[in-house]
Amino acid sequence: MNMTLFILALFDGIAYAAQVFVVALGLTLIFGVMRILNIAHGSLYAIGAYLTVTLTGVALAAGAPPLLTLPLMLVSAVLIGVILGGPIEWLLLRRIYDKPEVLQLLVTFAVFMILEDVQRLVWGSQPYFQAAALQSLGNVTVFGVTYTVYQLILLPLVALGLLIGLRFFLRHTVIGKLIMATTEDREAAQSIGIDADRVFLLTFIVGAALAGLGGALASPTTSILPGMGADMIVLSFAVVATAGLGQIGGAAVTALMIGLGRSFAVYIWPEAASLVPYLIMVLVLLVRPEGLFGSPSARKI
Amino acid sequence: MKKLLGTTLICASLPFAAFAQEKPESIKIGIATFLTGSASVFGVPARDAADLIVKNINEAGGIEGVPVEVSYIDEGAGAETLTSEFRRLVESENVDVMFAAISSGNCTTIAPLAEDLQVPNFLWDCGTQRIFEEDDYKYVFRTQANATPEMLAAVLYLLQEKPDFSTIAVVNQDYAWGRDSWDIFSTALKAMKPDVEVVGEFFPKFGSADFSTEISRLQGLRPDVILSTSWGGDLDTFVQQASQRGLMNSSTFVLPLAESSLERLGSSLPAGHIVGARGDHYFLHPARRDDQDFKDFVDQFQESTGSVPIYSVFHMAQAFAALEAVYARAIEENGGAWPDEDQLLAAMEGLEFQGYGNPITIREDNQGIEDQLMGTSVQSGEYPFATLENIVIYDGDDLTAPVGEDSIEWVGSLDSSFAESAGSETYEN
Repeated sequence: MNMTLFILALFDGIAYAAQVFVVALGLTLIFGVMRILNIAHGSLYAIGAYLTVTLTGVALAAGAPPLLTLPLMLVSAVLIGVILGGPIEWLLLRRIYDKPEVLQLLVTFAVFMILEDVQRLVWGSQPYFQAAALQSLGNVTVFGVTYTVYQLILLPLVALGLLIGLRFFLRHTVIGKLIMATTEDREAAQSIGIDADRVFLLTFIVGAALAGLGGALASPTTSILPGMGADMIVLSFAVVATAGLGQIGGAAVTALMIGLGRSFAVYIWPEAASLVPYLIMVLVLLVRPEGLFGSPSARKI
Repeated sequence: MKKLLGTTLICASLPFAAFAQEKPESIKIGIATFLTGSASVFGVPARDAADLIVKNINEAGGIEGVPVEVSYIDEGAGAETLTSEFRRLVESENVDVMFAAISSGNCTTIAPLAEDLQVPNFLWDCGTQRIFEEDDYKYVFRTQANATPEMLAAVLYLLQEKPDFSTIAVVNQDYAWGRDSWDIFSTALKAMKPDVEVVGEFFPKFGSADFSTEISRLQGLRPDVILSTSWGGDLDTFVQQASQRGLMNSSTFVLPLAESSLERLGSSLPAGHIVGARGDHYFLHPARRDDQDFKDFVDQFQESTGSVPIYSVFHMAQAFAALEAVYARAIEENGGAWPDEDQLLAAMEGLEFQGYGNPITIREDNQGIEDQLMGTSVQSGEYPFATLENIVIYDGDDLTAPVGEDSIEWVGSLDSSFAESAGSETYEN
């Protein structure tokens, strides 16, 4: 592989990793704070994409310039977090925090199934495609290969911004510190007056919004169609499990590993491209069952 | 003597009594189609078509005077659910005929099950050529073509429209259809144009939402031709992303299943790319579009769904056309009386019927012989999406492997003269 191909593969890998990371970020945040593996995250991602396409269509029909569709992605993400994330935590999840993990999985899976049907009820089974945001930013050519500015520059910048922003939020703001304290020890946090219920609600809303944002960001580059949520949740789980559950920085590194691994496979060994993300996961978990950045925990037997 | 004569008369009349089936209250049909998951982009329009066709049949008095009832199975629920639901419909609901399925994987599962349950089953949309090449069936029929003529038509059209190309790459979905269709296509291509070089083979996972890396690699490789037998959302995404990044300006795309994506792709599919229709299925079918029944169906479908009919819709219509034709033929051959199951099955061999394309014949191995429509995309401005020009409809009989022959071996035995010997009809637009 010559240097040109190496650089191209690097660009492709980073763009792919950025997309996956945004979705995995919400999943790992929710697990890190709430210890819930939220399978419904996939549906929130899909509905984020559908909602963005719908809002974009309305805005464009009303004569809005294509660039305005970019902030609509944030609007979609916030709506997903507040309208869907909030009620899911408030009405369902807070009833099962002290229940066995398998029940939590079943409940979030049930929500996933319900939301899949809601999605079909609202948007039907036909695919949607709305690339106005991507087209408005144009293309750039590198070594004779045309990339979209959206994928090559915007997506990685958004992913990096989210990583830095979330870490700053958790470590340097009052609400973030309350979340961290509740994550460490919920009972102790409550004993010093932290409203853990409110912290969990806020965390889930932010996590759900990140899922919605992932879908919103994906919407200009892909067909929005039934089943997209299931595909993304599998890949996000691979990232989160490989990183170590709840590891935000680890999720970034793992998404990059998976993105680059897949990209270099396409260039060198295309047959293995589909396999690489899961191969990386298996190899890491064989060596470190707790994940790359996870820490081993004692387990009762 | 009288007693002997009476007994003789009764015995003599028994065979006729056996043939004198009473008309049933209804003909029950079970249909397997994708109602959920990414393949529902095919399955739901087909279900809509079935509802529309059944409504039309029943309003016209039913099939030979008997109303039709349909039940659906969602293939998206997985193979296990499909088989248990298939069994339930046959054993508990006593369906008369099954239409199953879209997925080739499901068809290979369903075919032996239908045989075991002794229920006539129409393979109404799946493409694998292996079904009748690897097994013999009494109860299983395919009311359309298989993958072999579908791929051969694409090869012939490519050789005709772009005879001087020298390099090709493939981007197919990583599952049975993607692999098998490439196997047929590449074998036929090598047989008819041995100097072609395959410069890239990419098999992204089924349901992939991102083809960016493959597109970058293809831009570096710059093949003359890029084949993709993908369908549904995968094909839409691939074409959209390739178009956005200019790949469609540097390579000619061959998309044998893209007729079903034309409307969804809108302006993303530029002019000059090769599009196939999996049979001769096209809402502007050059030989049928002026026929009143064709126009009525297209209008009705558009009115009820808001979309133009795609090939899964036409395949569903063909299955119903086959059903109507076989009952008509079996009744005629039974002297006007309602046929029993064996008579119905016997009437399938050599059955000729017509959906909304050219006539189809069921061959002695139960494989349907269906013509193949290929065309080149053009953005004429008449529709908000690409339509087809330079349409060629190939004779399905010439493109289908002979009875008893393995498709891969057969296409491998062809040579460049095959392109001239295969029958075809050319239309300007």
